[in-house]
Amino acid sequence: MNPINYLYLAALLFTIGAAGVLIRRNAIVLFMCVELMLNACNLAFVAFSRLHGNLDGQIIAFFTMVVAAAEVVVGLAIIVTIFRTRHTASVDDASLMKL
Amino acid sequence: MSSAVLAAASATSTGEAVQFWILGTVAVVGALATVLMKRAVHSALSLAATMIILAVFYLANGAYFLGIVQVVVYTGAIMMLFLFVVMLVGVTAADSLKETLKGQRWLAAGAGLGFGILLIAGLGNASVKHFNGLGEANAGGNVQGLAALIFTKYVFAFELTGALLITAAVGAMVLTHKERTERAKTQREQAAQRVREGTQVVPLPAPGVYARHNAVDVPGLLPDGTPSELTVNPTLRKRGQIRDVSGESLAELAALERRSSEWLERGEGTERGEQVRERGEEATR
Amino acid sequence: MESLIALLVGAPLVGAAVLLCGGKRLDRTGHWLGTLLAVVSFVIGLVLFADMLGRGAEDRALHQHLFSWIPVGGFQADVAFQLDQLSMTFVLLITGVGSLIHIYSIGYMEHDERRRRFFGYLNLFLAAMLLLVLADNYLLLYVGWEGVGLASYLLIGFWQHKPSAATAAKKAFLVNRVGDMGLSIAIMLMFTTFGTFAFGPVLGAVGDTSEGKLTAIGLMLLLAACGKSAQVPLQSWLGDAMEGPTPVSALIHAATMVTAGVYLITRSGAIFNGAPDAQTAVVAVGAVTLLFGAIVGCAKDDIKKALAGSTMSQIGYMILAAGLGPIGYAFAIMHLVTHGFFKAGLFLGAGSVMHGMNDEVDMRRYGGLRKYMPITFVTFGLGYLAIIGFPGLSGFFSKDKIIEAAFASGGTQGWILGGAALLGAGITAFYMTRVMLMTFFGEERWRKAPTPSPAEPSVEPAAETRGEYTPPHPHESPKSMTLPMILLAFGSVFAGGLFSINEAFVHWLEPVTSFEHGHSPLSAAAVTSATIVVLLFGVALAWLQYGRKPVPAVAPRGSFLTRAARRDLLQDDFNHVVLVRGGEQLTRALEQIDHSVVDGAVNGTAVSVGGLSGRLRRLQTGYVRSYALQMLGGAAVLVFATLLMRGV
Repeated sequence: MNPINYLYLAALLFTIGAAGVLIRRNAIVLFMCVELMLNACNLAFVAFSRLHGNLDGQIIAFFTMVVAAAEVVVGLAIIVTIFRTRHTASVDDASLMKL
Repeated sequence: MSSAVLAAASATSTGEAVQFWILGTVAVVGALATVLMKRAVHSALSLAATMIILAVFYLANGAYFLGIVQVVVYTGAIMMLFLFVVMLVGVTAADSLKETLKGQRWLAAGAGLGFGILLIAGLGNASVKHFNGLGEANAGGNVQGLAALIFTKYVFAFELTGALLITAAVGAMVLTHKERTERAKTQREQAAQRVREGTQVVPLPAPGVYARHNAVDVPGLLPDGTPSELTVNPTLRKRGQIRDVSGESLAELAALERRSSEWLERGEGTERGEQVRERGEEATR
Repeated sequence: MESLIALLVGAPLVGAAVLLCGGKRLDRTGHWLGTLLAVVSFVIGLVLFADMLGRGAEDRALHQHLFSWIPVGGFQADVAFQLDQLSMTFVLLITGVGSLIHIYSIGYMEHDERRRRFFGYLNLFLAAMLLLVLADNYLLLYVGWEGVGLASYLLIGFWQHKPSAATAAKKAFLVNRVGDMGLSIAIMLMFTTFGTFAFGPVLGAVGDTSEGKLTAIGLMLLLAACGKSAQVPLQSWLGDAMEGPTPVSALIHAATMVTAGVYLITRSGAIFNGAPDAQTAVVAVGAVTLLFGAIVGCAKDDIKKALAGSTMSQIGYMILAAGLGPIGYAFAIMHLVTHGFFKAGLFLGAGSVMHGMNDEVDMRRYGGLRKYMPITFVTFGLGYLAIIGFPGLSGFFSKDKIIEAAFASGGTQGWILGGAALLGAGITAFYMTRVMLMTFFGEERWRKAPTPSPAEPSVEPAAETRGEYTPPHPHESPKSMTLPMILLAFGSVFAGGLFSINEAFVHWLEPVTSFEHGHSPLSAAAVTSATIVVLLFGVALAWLQYGRKPVPAVAPRGSFLTRAARRDLLQDDFNHVVLVRGGEQLTRALEQIDHSVVDGAVNGTAVSVGGLSGRLRRLQTGYVRSYALQMLGGAAVLVFATLLMRGV
């Protein structure tokens, strides 16, 4: 098997995640889909690392994980705050920033 | 260890191919479930499954450290944080999957499909016939290799991520922290307010006050035998997790009445027994 | 010694700054300070002159580099001074005559509330003119050039409460702007052609430059000179500039402003030598102007305006001489210096007459004044003899040389130019004699009440005629006014003769301007005798007209030429019809274009952008998922473009 299959899988997962972001309205699920996209990218990085024979791809994946952790912490805090004030987790309800 | 190193070297084994196809299918199914499941809890669990499979793929690709970190950090910490927030926010409301934005679903499908096709087309064009494998890079150990890179070449990025994490932690605390700006109401004041507003003055009735069903998911019965909405938690009611035992108990009550009237042979009792039975049948329906 | 050069400019500049910023506490002493600083500048000039005479003819030029002004890459503008024989001549003229005019103004402006300010402006005028003649590059010269324009504007409009003075100042400023435009274009051309605008490199590189470029630069310089020196076609401001106080007129006409054009052409001699077409244009302008000014001078009844016409004419002589090339430069400057003496003397004399006659300027209201103001009469008379070129006086030596040089320029051109110069000399004699006779001789016309003039109906308001007429009491002016006139009269008499001993002046200037003897088709004696004959003819004609017959108190209607000359030979009418009307038409057309095309484009752009924005605004739904969709769409497009670029 050619390791490029991992890349195909990553592309597929990324696309599924992107579609999820577009379709779901629950902010938490939307966030999960973003995580799915990040994971797909990480898989691609790890596969690249193997294809190139060096560890830089893994380092990038590592950093992605750290950033994703930070992002989830802040993002979930925001969701909790929004839920507290508006009693909903739907992103469509938070649509006041428009003309 | 040696077999694992070999697996990460220049050629993929049949075992890895089998593993890829089986686990890859499961991962895609998990991702689809994440997107399509109605309940956030289910989505989170599907995502956790996908992430664990990805951890396995990391291991198969020679990223041993990342594989473990994926399990510990992602599945262990981040996904649990997700579940925690789901619980906090309330798992009651299942998302309705009905689209509200006009044309969003079709456009999303189109964009997603187009994007995926473009990515896959680009990959198909890439023609990776040879790959180097990580045998050499992982020779001194994967963790040691990563550490050597992180603390030399990527040391500034590493420091910056540290700062980022601190900032994120502080930010989360600031966002979720709620400053109390007024004195908390005492019990006496709350009672006075309830009387003033004319809402429920006394405490809510307790659920399940029936000998055989003493549980929070069983509503208490009113004197006429019908279940009382007030006695159960609204979350349980929304989830449809209430066990309604009123029909059963009414039927039993009716049987009791009948037996007693048979024993006493009293016409009135029979009549009353009939009424109760009819009501019990209604409730059972 | 070099360090003194900056002081030449610095002294009057400091004076202007102190007087203009000092406020009312200087009202009592300001005029003394201003005069003192002008005299200081003159003394420094004398010291530098003595020092210069002590050196050999070839190394007399001094340079002083003060600081780098605008050093930007290849564009190097320095504030640096150059004092050579040409600059020295101007410095002595400007500071000398300027100082005398300062002294004169102390008396003349005695009763003016704003005397301190007047002296501040005078000092500024001197500083700007000195900067102009001392600069060692064209850009710094341009600064002085504009400074002169500014100071002249301030001084001509000094009596700004009079609408006519304010208008005259504006007119002078605007007409000068046309010439300034020429100078700035010339400087730009120099920079693109030579890469510098310092005198040395520019004039040194002339030999390697095409004649076309030199002609372009030369014509632009001529335009500049026309503006500042009031030459045809930019002469119209000079007559109106008489609205300023008389000392200002003297300063403008004798020492500072109008001489700037002659200086510019002489300084840029190398450029004109390399561009014969530009030289032809210069001599044409000079010849036309000298006749134009002379004819205007014949018809004016206003004593100052008659003198203004004469200035125009005399500067025309200088421009003509400067256009003749090396055979004429030295004579142009020599005539400039002698003219500085006698014209300043004439103007100060005119001012003295006006001072004694209640500021009356109409010569038809003068007459027989020689008894009442003898000093003015004598000094004015000496100036008169000098300007008409009476043998032995200054004007004779300088003007005669110019006429000779004009004949010597060769061929038909020489005959035309020589003839024009000769004719100009005759007309000069005529109108100056007319001024002299109408002012100092004949009937005492000022004793009678003025009658409204039909030729110029709105000159005098009726108020004076209705009441009791009290004739003025002509009297001699105070010493502060007569002393400068006497000194200037000495200059008028002796300067020309001194300069001509062994051609001293020519040899003095030769290192800067170079000199050749012209080969005249007529002998020098023939030219001189022709000049004297023409001169006597003009004087005789004037005497027949104004000496023998009584001068009418009201100007007769006169011939068409007279009427045209009274109106400055229809210059203003020409300007009005061609420039003002034409300009209005052009402006209207441009405004139309501006409205339809430019505004249309701008408004159209705005409207279309606004409409487009209105449409685009709908994209901002507030729904984060819509934005995510747009982002994904954009990402897809980017991936597509990337793949396309890599040749999928």
